[in-house]
Amino acid sequence: MVLAGVSVLVFSLIHLVKGDPVRRALGTRYSQEAYDALRARNGLDLPLVEQYFTWAGRALTGDLGVSFRSGEPVTTLIAERLPATLTLALAAIVLALLIAVPLGTISALRPRSVVDRIATVISQFGISVPDFWLAIVLILVFAGTLGWLPSGGYVPLTENPVEWAQRLILPAIATGVVSGSVLTRFVRSSVLEALGSDHVRTAQAKGLPTRQVFTWHVLRNALLPLVTVTGVQLAYLLSGVVVVEIVFSWPGLGQLALQAVEARDYPVLQGAVLLFALVFLVINLLVDLLYTRIDPRIRQ
Amino acid sequence: MTAEPVPLRPVRPRWRETLGLLVRNKVALGAALVLLAIIVVAVFDRAFAPQSANAQDIADRLQAPSWSHPFGTDNLGRDILSRVIIGASVSLKVGFLSVGLALVVGTLLGLLAGYYGGWVDDVLMRLMDMLFAFPAVLLAIAILAIRGPGTSNTIIAIAVVYVPIFARVTRASVLGVREEVYVRASRSVGASDFRLLTRHVLPNAAPPIIVQTSVSLAFAVLAEAALSFLGLGTQPPNPSWGLMLAEGREFIGLAWWLAFFPGMAIVVTVLCFNLLGDGLRDVLDPRQRTLMAGGGR
Repeated sequence: MVLAGVSVLVFSLIHLVKGDPVRRALGTRYSQEAYDALRARNGLDLPLVEQYFTWAGRALTGDLGVSFRSGEPVTTLIAERLPATLTLALAAIVLALLIAVPLGTISALRPRSVVDRIATVISQFGISVPDFWLAIVLILVFAGTLGWLPSGGYVPLTENPVEWAQRLILPAIATGVVSGSVLTRFVRSSVLEALGSDHVRTAQAKGLPTRQVFTWHVLRNALLPLVTVTGVQLAYLLSGVVVVEIVFSWPGLGQLALQAVEARDYPVLQGAVLLFALVFLVINLLVDLLYTRIDPRIRQ
Repeated sequence: MTAEPVPLRPVRPRWRETLGLLVRNKVALGAALVLLAIIVVAVFDRAFAPQSANAQDIADRLQAPSWSHPFGTDNLGRDILSRVIIGASVSLKVGFLSVGLALVVGTLLGLLAGYYGGWVDDVLMRLMDMLFAFPAVLLAIAILAIRGPGTSNTIIAIAVVYVPIFARVTRASVLGVREEVYVRASRSVGASDFRLLTRHVLPNAAPPIIVQTSVSLAFAVLAEAALSFLGLGTQPPNPSWGLMLAEGREFIGLAWWLAFFPGMAIVVTVLCFNLLGDGLRDVLDPRQRTLMAGGGR
């Protein structure tokens, strides 16, 4: 239902543009034959309702039309860009968890301590800093002044693992710090809540060793909801790294979408937006399913 | 047998008490004062800026921070402090107008959905779900791709992104107060829907909406910066913080101050909105705390 609505919205995108999008996209390359061919290939010569069903039917089979600019299938263009975006998003979420779980747990165990205060300040700062500005500062310091790491670009893992890692570090930090800050705050409040709950008090009253109470009664309960939030953050990272991709010349989907906007290449933009919305919905669904599996309390 | 005393008037959020609690929260108070200062500077930007935003002095270009140019000058010899100050009015205008628009539309939709329930609720909330399925930045980019770049379209794009969030928060809050005794009592003596909504439901459902407004302002300032950075928001030569970052990025190895100061302006503003939001949440809506902490952007 939501998906159908989403597809209608994405479909309307090309029709909401002022003027004739095909003509504008062709620009100086305009000729009647090229114009007709492009319209026919993307099904734009059909009546509106028929157009939608043709478009949606093709989309279901993986055909998202062809680029106004290069004439290549949109699916191919997206498939080329997907590995770079996936790599960056996964690296960022791993980094975010590596920051958030220890830092959030420690600050919850020692509320109002020096560590907690420092962690709070850092995570507040991390949430407020624009990721693309952080990216620029990282480039300035680590690529410019220190010259330790390259300032951008992407090398596939299979081609050169060392260079792949070197080029991944800065973009992963720029995106991971923001997610890490969101997650740190979440882990902190979640652990604090678990610490104050009845079953933890009962476990302590039974005289269980602190370590055992902590791992079995506090952490397990506190980290369950983290699955949901991590899923949301991953979905955000997959789509939200547009600006960071630009700063690091990272050939991902965000860059593709932005290039499509600049070139008025609407089929490519439609394809990218549809894919992101789909990923967003699928991740949310998976998170819900996973959550019911690992948390017996909501399995009803 | 004694019945529970039914309050004749709804328990309104006690504003004076709330304000008192907020003032005692030093972090939130500090953030509010800094924001107030930024807003005053933004409103009277021309009076505070030492120079005009676009006064060029090629002889003075790419000057490092000094007494005459505290934030340095850019590649066209424009005073960066002046541009950051005038950029504040652009960034805050987009932030306040877009969140204001989203607040009005989203709250109205959430109020109707939560209060009437039934098919009204179904239709409105499914529509919101559809908008919510799009990642925020991408939705804004797509809207700007349709409508073309520029400040007013940026305001519309950011507002569209935030409408579903306000609608959801309002609806959830309204569901909580809809069946309260004072609402039912008022309905039973024949109060109209309009009166119920404006006098009883909305005032009591307001706290989470207020918190959401502060948090959304933080993200709206970030979003405006990102869109302008991409060349889709504010157009040159008008200064906006995001646009200044984009311009400064090209000279990053040569003159760090071009990108540094507008970036700091964004960080300070967003940080203050977030801290104020946290403070408001602690005071107005403590239960929401854990819920919202996981919400991400």
